[in-house]
Amino acid sequence: MLHLILFLAFGVVCVAGAVNLLVQRHPINSALSLVVVMGSLAAEYLLLGAEFVAAVQVIVYAGAVMVLFVFVIMLLNAGEEERTKGSRVAMIFGIPGMLVGSLLITWVLLEHSGTQSVAVGALPGPPKTLGWLLFHDYLLPFEVTSVLVLIAIIGAVVLAAPPESARRKD
Amino acid sequence: MVPVSYYLILGGILFACGVAGFLIKRNLITIFMSIELMLNGVNLSFVAFAAQWQALSGQVFVFFVMVVAAAEAAVGLAIIIAVYRTRETLNVDQVNLLKL
Amino acid sequence: MTRNLHLWLIPVLPLIGAAVNGLFGKRFSRQTVVAIALLFSGAAFAMALWVASQFSSLQTPHIETFAAWLRAGDFHADFAFFLDQLSLVMLLVVTGVGFLIHIYSVGYMWEEGGFYRFFAYLNLFMFFMLTLVLASNYLLMFIGWEGVGLASYLLIGFWFTKDSAASAGKKAFIVNRIGDFGFLIALFLMIQHFGSLDFVQVAQQVMPMSPEIGAAGLLTAIGLLLMVGAAGKSAQIPLYVWLPDAMEGPTPVSALIHAATMVTAGVYMVSRSHVIFEHAPIAMMVVAIIGTLTALFAATIGVCQTDVKKVLAYSTVSQLGYMFIGCGVGAFSAGIFHLMTHAFFKGLLFLAAGSVIHAVGGEQDMRKMGGLRTKIPWTFWTMTAGTFAIAGFPPLAGFFSKDAILWKAYSSPYGNWVYWAIGVFTAFLTSFYMFRQWFLTFFGEYRGEEHLDDGHGHGGHGHGGIHESPAVMLAPLVILAVLSVCGGWIGSERFDKFLAPVFHSQTASSTAEGPSMPAEPRKEDSTETLFTGISVSAALLGFLLAWQLYHRRPELPQRIAASLGGFYQAVVHKYYVDEIYATVFVKPLIDGSTKLLWHGVDRDIIDAAVDDSADGAREVSDAVRHMQSGNIRSYAGWVAAGAAVVIFYMVWMGTR
Repeated sequence: MLHLILFLAFGVVCVAGAVNLLVQRHPINSALSLVVVMGSLAAEYLLLGAEFVAAVQVIVYAGAVMVLFVFVIMLLNAGEEERTKGSRVAMIFGIPGMLVGSLLITWVLLEHSGTQSVAVGALPGPPKTLGWLLFHDYLLPFEVTSVLVLIAIIGAVVLAAPPESARRKD
Repeated sequence: MVPVSYYLILGGILFACGVAGFLIKRNLITIFMSIELMLNGVNLSFVAFAAQWQALSGQVFVFFVMVVAAAEAAVGLAIIIAVYRTRETLNVDQVNLLKL
Repeated sequence: MTRNLHLWLIPVLPLIGAAVNGLFGKRFSRQTVVAIALLFSGAAFAMALWVASQFSSLQTPHIETFAAWLRAGDFHADFAFFLDQLSLVMLLVVTGVGFLIHIYSVGYMWEEGGFYRFFAYLNLFMFFMLTLVLASNYLLMFIGWEGVGLASYLLIGFWFTKDSAASAGKKAFIVNRIGDFGFLIALFLMIQHFGSLDFVQVAQQVMPMSPEIGAAGLLTAIGLLLMVGAAGKSAQIPLYVWLPDAMEGPTPVSALIHAATMVTAGVYMVSRSHVIFEHAPIAMMVVAIIGTLTALFAATIGVCQTDVKKVLAYSTVSQLGYMFIGCGVGAFSAGIFHLMTHAFFKGLLFLAAGSVIHAVGGEQDMRKMGGLRTKIPWTFWTMTAGTFAIAGFPPLAGFFSKDAILWKAYSSPYGNWVYWAIGVFTAFLTSFYMFRQWFLTFFGEYRGEEHLDDGHGHGGHGHGGIHESPAVMLAPLVILAVLSVCGGWIGSERFDKFLAPVFHSQTASSTAEGPSMPAEPRKEDSTETLFTGISVSAALLGFLLAWQLYHRRPELPQRIAASLGGFYQAVVHKYYVDEIYATVFVKPLIDGSTKLLWHGVDRDIIDAAVDDSADGAREVSDAVRHMQSGNIRSYAGWVAAGAAVVIFYMVWMGTR
């Protein structure tokens, strides 16, 4: 019972944050709504028993990625969004399409997935098991991902570097 | 006892909101944030399935998704900064040099 | 047993001449071209004479198979040659008259361009005509049939830069084609029902069949269709319209093809198929009726023509009608006799007309001639022989043959007094218009242009004034004149007896004509003499009338013409037949072709399919192009749409 209430509470917050992201015109408001979403998602993960993931969500996602977003918004001094003419395709396909899609998925899921339930904290094993998995069975993807991060760092530095004419010192 | 499908529905709704934002917003950064929202929705469903099937691989996958999302956010924002430098605008409708 | 006479050489020799002249003639001198042409056609003639000399020792029919040709299941046709009395007569006529005309053409065409081409075509024509005459089956005959049509087209349109000549050639070929269509259907029926096209085999199968008296059956159908083919080739109603136009060709061509040989192919074919016709009396009657009507019709038109060659053209149509009357009443040998004498005197008349035209420097209108009697005596005397022959004055050739036909038209079991009466009237008209031509051309005052130094049309050479033709042109005229005088002296009874093995050996058992034939002349001798007298007086009447109207009182014809008014106009315009054909057949065909087939099918369906598919591709790409707009949001929208489709599909597959 409590499980359901907690789930619904954090779920509502989540959805509200998501909708707010859509509704807000200034990007900084959208960014902060996204932080709210991530936070409530971390709570959901805890309900499912994924402590490690919840922690990583807060630390990495909400704590690093979103901070990066906010930094960039500040750097570029992004203002309120203007109303420009967009694309008809996006209007026609996007909103109604996704609405329909999500309704459809919802219906399908409710119809076909039975009443299998999860208990609170249903996930097995402590982070130690996760670490074992990570460094044994999924070692290769792990290493590849670290290389990917390295490439991303280099790419980001190169792309965001000031243009040639601005460097006067060398 | 919450059915797994509820978690999946929530993930689906988040994903849908992400796509909607991706389509209707005009600010480049907001579009990017919608992409992050989509990824989060997907993460939730991964964890839900991991709980359902009692398999830790779902969490491992979430881990990887987050890493990739972070890397992608970094590079993407760097690109946005570069675009801003040349085009002086963050409006996606004005980044249309490929127009015929 | 059967000797091999190498009959195949007779057609092939002119073919070789045609090939040599056609391929290399451009580089030869005129003398070389002439030598080759005369050599090969002369060789064919010599060989025909040799075959004739060997003929009595042969067993007839003499068939030589040169090579196998078609084998299709049970049906087979070979390159085989057939020699009997009928083919011998045709062979001698074709090679003999053909050779004489080759000689004549040397002089006539000497100054013309395309000299080698003319002789190549002439030899080619000989090849096809000899194939037609010597063929042993209908299929080989059909090859010759088509081939002479082709040669006719080439030669009529010899001066192809002249529009009227080119159109005349086309007209001849197309009208012939219509006849050939009937011929082909007849051949198909023969293959279907007799399984063979060989003359001997067809005759063997037709002989035991009972005659279709009173009701029309297979044999009537075949006979009528064969007659359609003959009507096309031999210029009978309704397919005669090409022959007058064919006068656009050089005069030797008119003489050879459109008087002596090609147009007689129809008569030959009908005679060859006499077994079929004798078993189908309705078809015979149709043949006789067509012949009679054509003879009369053409003669009436000939009366009013002013071009010397057109008069002879209509005269040819009329005389061919006589031959068909002969065939249509079962007197096939009389028809062939007239064919032979006609080759002599009509060939002569055309060649002499060519000599006249050459003499006056290209003028063909008789109203501008006159008084040429003293200026071109050789031409005059030979043409006189021809004119008296065609009019049917005894003892010249035309009298014997025409008389034989007229008598048989009355006395034969298939005959009728109507045929005879119309025949006699036509004989009167024939005599009238031929003597009209004779008087207008040779008598009275010369009505042409004064100076002929700059002659126009044919014969623009620098001799001044009216001059006789060279010897190379006169010699054939003299020979043909002698033949026109003496050619009939063999007499129709002896001719009949000569051809009897062809026409009577097979029919003796089946029709009633056999036994009654020898009895008739003895019983009806006095009637026959009476009829002979009537036809001679008809000829004499025509002569006197022409003498009166065109020599003694030349102003009369105009007054008569004026008083006849509309009827005269109609005759002068050839009863407007060409115009009627143009409106009823040609114009709807052209319109239908243009609107339905060209615009409707070719342009709007076939071309449109190609054009529209190209247009369609362009339009599709034009529409799809808008996807690449450079607008990021629309790209996003398309991505989302695609993803939605994929998700939907997977869900759908998952729930099935």
